[in-house]
Amino acid sequence: MTSAETGKLALGAVCVLAAASAPFFSDGYWLSIATTAMMYIALSTSWALFSGPTHLIALSTGAFFGIGGYLVGSGMSDYDQGFWTMALIAPLVATVLALLIGLATLRLKGVYFVIFTLGLSEMIRNLVSWVQNNFLGSRGLYVLTDFTEAHIYWMLLTVAAVVFFSGWWVNRSRLGFALRIIGNDEEVARHVGINTAWSKVILFMTTGFFAALVGAIVAPRYSYIEPNVVFSPQLSFLVVIMALLGGVHRLWGPLLGVIPFTLIWEAITISFPASTTLFLGLTFLLIVYLIPNGFVGAFETVTGRIRK
Amino acid sequence: MDILISGLLLGGTYALMAMGLNLQYGVARIMNLANGEMLVLGGLAAFWLFTTAAVSPLLTAFVVAPLAFAGNWLIYRYLLLPLVRRAKSTGQLEVDSILATFGMSFALVGIMVSIHGEYFTYSYLADPFSILGSTVALNRFIAFLAAAAIGFALYYWLNHTYAGTAVRAVSVSTEAAGLVGINVDKVSAMAFALGGAVTAVGGTLISTFITLDASVGVIFTMKALIIMIMGGVGDIRGAVIAALILGLVETAVATIIDPGLTLASAYVIFLAVLLFRPQGLFGRRSS
Repeated sequence: MTSAETGKLALGAVCVLAAASAPFFSDGYWLSIATTAMMYIALSTSWALFSGPTHLIALSTGAFFGIGGYLVGSGMSDYDQGFWTMALIAPLVATVLALLIGLATLRLKGVYFVIFTLGLSEMIRNLVSWVQNNFLGSRGLYVLTDFTEAHIYWMLLTVAAVVFFSGWWVNRSRLGFALRIIGNDEEVARHVGINTAWSKVILFMTTGFFAALVGAIVAPRYSYIEPNVVFSPQLSFLVVIMALLGGVHRLWGPLLGVIPFTLIWEAITISFPASTTLFLGLTFLLIVYLIPNGFVGAFETVTGRIRK
Repeated sequence: MDILISGLLLGGTYALMAMGLNLQYGVARIMNLANGEMLVLGGLAAFWLFTTAAVSPLLTAFVVAPLAFAGNWLIYRYLLLPLVRRAKSTGQLEVDSILATFGMSFALVGIMVSIHGEYFTYSYLADPFSILGSTVALNRFIAFLAAAAIGFALYYWLNHTYAGTAVRAVSVSTEAAGLVGINVDKVSAMAFALGGAVTAVGGTLISTFITLDASVGVIFTMKALIIMIMGGVGDIRGAVIAALILGLVETAVATIIDPGLTLASAYVIFLAVLLFRPQGLFGRRSS
């Protein structure tokens, strides 16, 4: 490890500590926003670990997140399991699902993968509702824990820190290198002997794992779990948009997208609840046409020009 | 038998929207994820004209087609062509067009919600109609006939006219088409516009027997994509057969098991296609 890397790790640790102190300074409204932001930081950063280098727009976050929340709800309500047991099982289930989806779609053209994930959370929601209505009886699922908002915030912060650390680790590993080559030219990657399908599947699995873990941790916030609430297709899009807005070619890029977007999104949902979809659409267009590499990309172009 | 008939009738209308998407992706190379919203717009127009002025949806289709054509042409020319020009590779164009059309799809949903946030409920020709011993709603049958007529016209145009040949040439290779003197940008814009028009008319027809709402578009996009992949990109014949299969399977699942599982059944088909015939029903495996 070089000294520059040690420095980066130390800086990361300082940031985590600073973020961890947030609940001591704020409570109520701002803590709740910070918790939401932390949730999106973990989701967007882990999304970017896979979609950044491969350029494959995964829209599966909502599905994995839903699996996390739903399994926690169903485990605690129907099978008398503890929160921690379920929070451990849920990500594993999601990882296996990601493996299967990856094996089925990532060997083919990228666009098939995108399409497959597009309707995934809606499809799983339909399936889960059907199973619940016909076989389990349509009872609500309660997630009752002693966690306060601050506890959830700290748990999410831990997950986010782990995501960052694994992103940093993957970037300097052979896997990360392989993934960057795949993203630049898959043909070349195959010719130099990279197992392109497996590299993508492994990274996709980590994304699924973290999304379900976040879903499980956030479940106590809802208290009452319904398939219609946790399997939200909109979540997948929010995660994509925040990551792209910040920029996915740097590990800390999504972070820069999440913070402003969460604040604006919060303001819009409160003031103009009917216009959220329109706003989402316009942000997508803004990204594609004006800042294709996100804030980080725009910033780097500007500093690049100044240096010349 | 009932399932067979209504499944085939449903499949006929699905075929129309899949053909639209096929033109847009196969020829203009734009993965248009706002396709479902175009369909819903067609349905919204039918609903709006029927409830305010009692205009028959069949007439509305003649208004919808040129409007959708013009609208989609403008979208291609001013929003998508810059992306085509900017893209360094097909992969980049795919990502850009996916994101841009996501944006359009959300923007359209947002606009439609503000126009009419509830279900587009209206009743047109909902009379029983007997065919081959089973009873279906007349509107389904009429929609099927209209879809079939449009489908045949499109097929004929693509295969037996000069302009259609140019469109097919572009779908095979943009470079080679350019070399033989085809204006690729113009043909692509036309194919995209035509695809949008066909999809919107499909929406007008579907709205006579399926109640749409502003945010249901993505489900139709999904189905159109599954049909297109199952039939093989750029293959109209394959798309029709795939649409009929999807219509049949969905109707069967909805009647026998549960209407809530139609999307899941579409996914099962999709998965089977990806695992066993990713090149499409009639496609040849590329090297």
